[in-house]
Amino acid sequence: MVGLEHYLTVAATLFVIGIFGLFLNRKNVIILLMSIELMLLAVNINLVAFSVSLGDMVGQVFTLFVLTVAAAEAAIGLAILVCFFRNRGSIAVEDINVMKG
Amino acid sequence: MSAVAFYLFAMTAIIGGLLTVISRNPVYSVLWLILSFLSSAGLFVLLGAEFIAMLLIIVYVGAVAVLFLFVVMMLDIDFAKLKAGMAQYMPLALLIAVVILMQFVVAFGVWEPSHIAETKRTQVIPAEYHNTEALGLILYDEYFLLFQVAGLILLVAMIGAIILTLRHRQDIKRQDVLAQMYRDPKISLELRDVKSGQGL
Repeated sequence: MVGLEHYLTVAATLFVIGIFGLFLNRKNVIILLMSIELMLLAVNINLVAFSVSLGDMVGQVFTLFVLTVAAAEAAIGLAILVCFFRNRGSIAVEDINVMKG
Repeated sequence: MSAVAFYLFAMTAIIGGLLTVISRNPVYSVLWLILSFLSSAGLFVLLGAEFIAMLLIIVYVGAVAVLFLFVVMMLDIDFAKLKAGMAQYMPLALLIAVVILMQFVVAFGVWEPSHIAETKRTQVIPAEYHNTEALGLILYDEYFLLFQVAGLILLVAMIGAIILTLRHRQDIKRQDVLAQMYRDPKISLELRDVKSGQGL
């Protein structure tokens, strides 16, 4: 029988993989954004698992909002990335060191 | 049967996530990310949250992952150079990942839901409705303001993304419809009599 703990384990593993990705791909902003998406996905799995386990619908409603914010964040992040690439011709994190447009 | 499906989806989600992070080519990374999202949608179906599962496929796979794919393919970058320092960062990344995983193990190992958790529920899942119906009933009723704010967030994100990426290039020729419409023979045409042998 698959219980709450199994889902929590999967979510925790995905979250740790996301953090691992953040530290592993310190130069590549695209993979950094993907790692953040993975971490948000892990949070969503946690919320839905608890929602079903406790029989409370609020967890799934909250998942909807996390999904919304994740989509908005990805859109803005990639837009900033495209804008930055046009100006500097690079997306390496160490090149992002000038704070004027 | 459900346990087999759970382990299948869980394994593919974790393997997809891991390969997203360590893959050399960002296009492969996006494809592994899509695999991870799809398996998580499978996990949500197993949990009985069908609406969230379908939303995950539509929003994450259909929109976010495709956006990533577009951006990866649009930017002309030598990704091999960006990957160069990966081996150097690997020990620290592994250390941090193991430490955080250990923290999770310590935190969740002795944890169990409180016995009064059942009494703290605010929206008990109704047994007579399907998942989508139950979600809609409380989303448009109890959480309507939050729902509107979510729409506002998406609107702001959309406007922000358009403003950030919109570029009006000055160095190309462009059609000016208004100028074309206001142009008429009186101001743009001049008739002259050309005498033979003289020219203008």
